[in-house]
Amino acid sequence: MIELIRQPWPWYIAGAVIGLTVPALLLLGNKHLGISSSLRHLCAACLPANISFFKYDWKKEIWNLFFVGGVLLGGVIATQFLSNPEGILISERTVSDLQALNITVDNNLMPASIFSFENLFTLRGLMFFVVGGFFVGFGTRYAGGCTSGHTIMGLSNLQWPSLVATCCFMAGGFLMVHVLFPWLMSL
Amino acid sequence: MQKSKDEFVDVSPVAHPVECEAPNDQIANETLIGSNIKYLITGIVFGIVFVKAEIISWYRIQEMFRLHSFHMYGVIGTAVIVGMISVWAIKKFNIKTAQGETVIFHDKQFHWGNIIGGFIFGLGWAITGACPGPLFAQIGSGFLVIIVTLLSAVAGTWVYGLFQQKLPH
Repeated sequence: MIELIRQPWPWYIAGAVIGLTVPALLLLGNKHLGISSSLRHLCAACLPANISFFKYDWKKEIWNLFFVGGVLLGGVIATQFLSNPEGILISERTVSDLQALNITVDNNLMPASIFSFENLFTLRGLMFFVVGGFFVGFGTRYAGGCTSGHTIMGLSNLQWPSLVATCCFMAGGFLMVHVLFPWLMSL
Repeated sequence: MQKSKDEFVDVSPVAHPVECEAPNDQIANETLIGSNIKYLITGIVFGIVFVKAEIISWYRIQEMFRLHSFHMYGVIGTAVIVGMISVWAIKKFNIKTAQGETVIFHDKQFHWGNIIGGFIFGLGWAITGACPGPLFAQIGSGFLVIIVTLLSAVAGTWVYGLFQQKLPH
């Protein structure tokens, strides 16, 4: 059994469990799946700075911070106790595309050649950590949600603005990977 | 100088609820630890799936945007279908919450942020290989440098809050 759990989980198992989070949260206590909201609550809790957008009772929404705390702990548990000794296997074509961009493809979940502290104070690090993170935080809030709030929760509830947002998430991603990324890697 | 009453009216074109986009709709009172521990546990399950299905992997996101693998499309597609059926069932059979309350759904109102913000998020998603959820799981997986990315994402949210009234919606 543990052997089976250690292997990478197939998409239909992962998709089903993620999908079931929607009714789980709704039925546990009328909560709506939406992870980027946690970033807003963090702002409201730590640095509201009299900005009207952050002036609300964040304590009422604290379940969301428990939830993301759980996601972090889940990452610890899965990596410490359930990790796959083989490492990640990605498509050959992606490997060769990345190698063409001088990215060393390793067996980790993320390439150590980019995501390490040594790169933090380089131009590349600035793009990957600071600018990338800023886009995620700014973009999701401007869009009113992220992959969980719009794509999963919004589409589950048949909300067309969520479909529009999801298409734009994908459009941004395609543009980055196919057009801007080669330039980014030349930095 | 005298201010007319109208100046105090919120002119924001976005009808932001008092709380947030995903408000807590439970009526019954909640205790800090006792009521919230179940969301911590749900989060743990969510985080384990993120890691085990390699959704938090930067490589998987690259693969997805290069259309080299079905994996991520399969995960998201299945999640949406399971979510849709669940929401439909909750509405159809009027399934109540554990507290016996009616489940409340919110309609999302379209605004230009869905498009502009969505596009900006997409750019960031492809660089960092993470949406907000996976950021937390990546940190848990031991990629501590992602704490910087997370702080930057919080900063991005804060800057949005600062300029919210000035941005087109």
